Amino acid sequence: MKIVVAIKQVARLQDSFKLHSNGIDVDPADLQYDLNEWDVSSLEEAVQIIERNGDGEVIVISFGSEIVEESLRRCLAKGATRAIRVWSETVDRTDPLSVAHALAEALKNEKPDLIFAGVQSSDTVYGATGVALAEFLSLPHVAVTKKIDYHPTESSATVLRELEGGLLEEVNVKCPAVFTVQTGINEPRYASLRMIKQAEKKPIELIELGNLDLRPQARIRRMFLPQGKTPEILKGNVTEIASQVAKIIKEKTA
Amino acid sequence: MSGILIVAEHRSGEIRDITLELITAAAGVKGSAGKIQVALIARDPSKLISVINREAVDEIITVTVPYDEFNIDVQRQVVEALIKQVSPTLTILGNTINSLSYGPALAAKLGLGFASDVIDLKFEGGALVATRQYYGAKVNVELEFPGKSQYLIQLRASVYPPADGSGKADLRSVDVSIDQSQVRVKHLGIQKPLASDVDITKALFLLSIGRGVGKQENIQQFEQLAAKIGATLSCSRPLVDAGWLSNSRQVGQSGRTVKPKIYLSLGISGAVQHLMGMKNSSTIIAVNTDAEAPIFGVADYAAVCDMFELAEELAKQF
Repeated sequence: MKIVVAIKQVARLQDSFKLHSNGIDVDPADLQYDLNEWDVSSLEEAVQIIERNGDGEVIVISFGSEIVEESLRRCLAKGATRAIRVWSETVDRTDPLSVAHALAEALKNEKPDLIFAGVQSSDTVYGATGVALAEFLSLPHVAVTKKIDYHPTESSATVLRELEGGLLEEVNVKCPAVFTVQTGINEPRYASLRMIKQAEKKPIELIELGNLDLRPQARIRRMFLPQGKTPEILKGNVTEIASQVAKIIKEKTA
Repeated sequence: MSGILIVAEHRSGEIRDITLELITAAAGVKGSAGKIQVALIARDPSKLISVINREAVDEIITVTVPYDEFNIDVQRQVVEALIKQVSPTLTILGNTINSLSYGPALAAKLGLGFASDVIDLKFEGGALVATRQYYGAKVNVELEFPGKSQYLIQLRASVYPPADGSGKADLRSVDVSIDQSQVRVKHLGIQKPLASDVDITKALFLLSIGRGVGKQENIQQFEQLAAKIGATLSCSRPLVDAGWLSNSRQVGQSGRTVKPKIYLSLGISGAVQHLMGMKNSSTIIAVNTDAEAPIFGVADYAAVCDMFELAEELAKQF
């Protein structure tokens, strides 16, 4: 059994940050990188399915420069069997359709039974890469899954999709298929020290794609700060702030 | 090509609010993009026509499908057929769970300029500019789509107001034959959330806790605080994912939408899906140690301080 898990290393903005002078990005010094939270859940789901099956492999794949290898290694430490990094000069890694296209190219010969992706990434929140990946691979897909019961002998899966307002929809889907996985589907394991050390020694395969025949991508032309409401700032020490909050509460509930 | 194609969203026989918001967004770019056509894809579309026949709508296209509930593969076949027939400049879907299930696939297949979770649309020089957010909604970005002349946009809910006025839209029906061999997903049923003793949508005062609470053991302090100050306890998604509180207390897109008199949030940064669920509360007091937390963008009052210290001091005031 082979499950591919597409992961993303996401960027997190520091509490106080500056926009870049180029007007289309933030100051790179203000960014920290992490493995995308949704991908932690989808990796765990894949590892659990392989464990229940008795054997098989979980392959993690990610698009990016060498920087993303840190996240790939974290996945190896959390139970992935092997890792692939995909790179192409012509692909803009913030554009979900281009990334999906690149991942599909890299996975052309892999023939997995299942493919998982996170519902969305925490930095750009497109929620599109997994579904677009399914399209480029011509595979069925189900988005926002909360529970996956895979039936390998029937080449199908019974899945719960999370809808708005706490509703769940049950669907049956033909496999191989792509699932985008929602957080809360499982409790992800921590990587043990032994697994972390083992992961450090594992090779990461690099697939470098030549100029993909990509149609032009979306492009950022301006980045700026959102104009939110300006709240009234409650000042003073914690006791003073609490007293102001209490006053507001008593006024509004009178 | 020209015109705007909106795909109406409905569930359980009712048009969902977002559909009317899409019409408002489309009306804003009608001058550049052309006539507004709303597609109604349902088993019995006739029942839904009057709700979407708003002033700005030029044409309503009905497609009858032999399904009561949304099916990803049927929906994408129908919308693809409509896009090919109508050839709109701009196709607008809601950024909902059903639409994100097929929107990106269609955009990928048809080579459309694509953006999801869009909060603003405009045309400049005949080309679409879409605004969305990056880095957990801390910055806005304007996207352009070089080389594209047709676009598929998924619009965030609760940003545009619902369209009003009554319209005189032309009506026409289109037949789409479904290729059953390409329907690979089968709907089995809908599960409603378990009935619970707490209905946060009815509370007048919500004390809402987020990831800042840190550990399950820390929740008790806030349960006690809520009781003391007369609030009902609610929370953001991470606490439900962790199994610490039930989904019935979750505020947000996949939880409940609330409009209490007071929404006091502690340790919630304000992910977009959470804000969608509470931003129309009458008074929002937000507490977070991060001065740039997106929740401050919807709050009436802001306190940049530690939620545990504040909780302790606040309890003394009651």
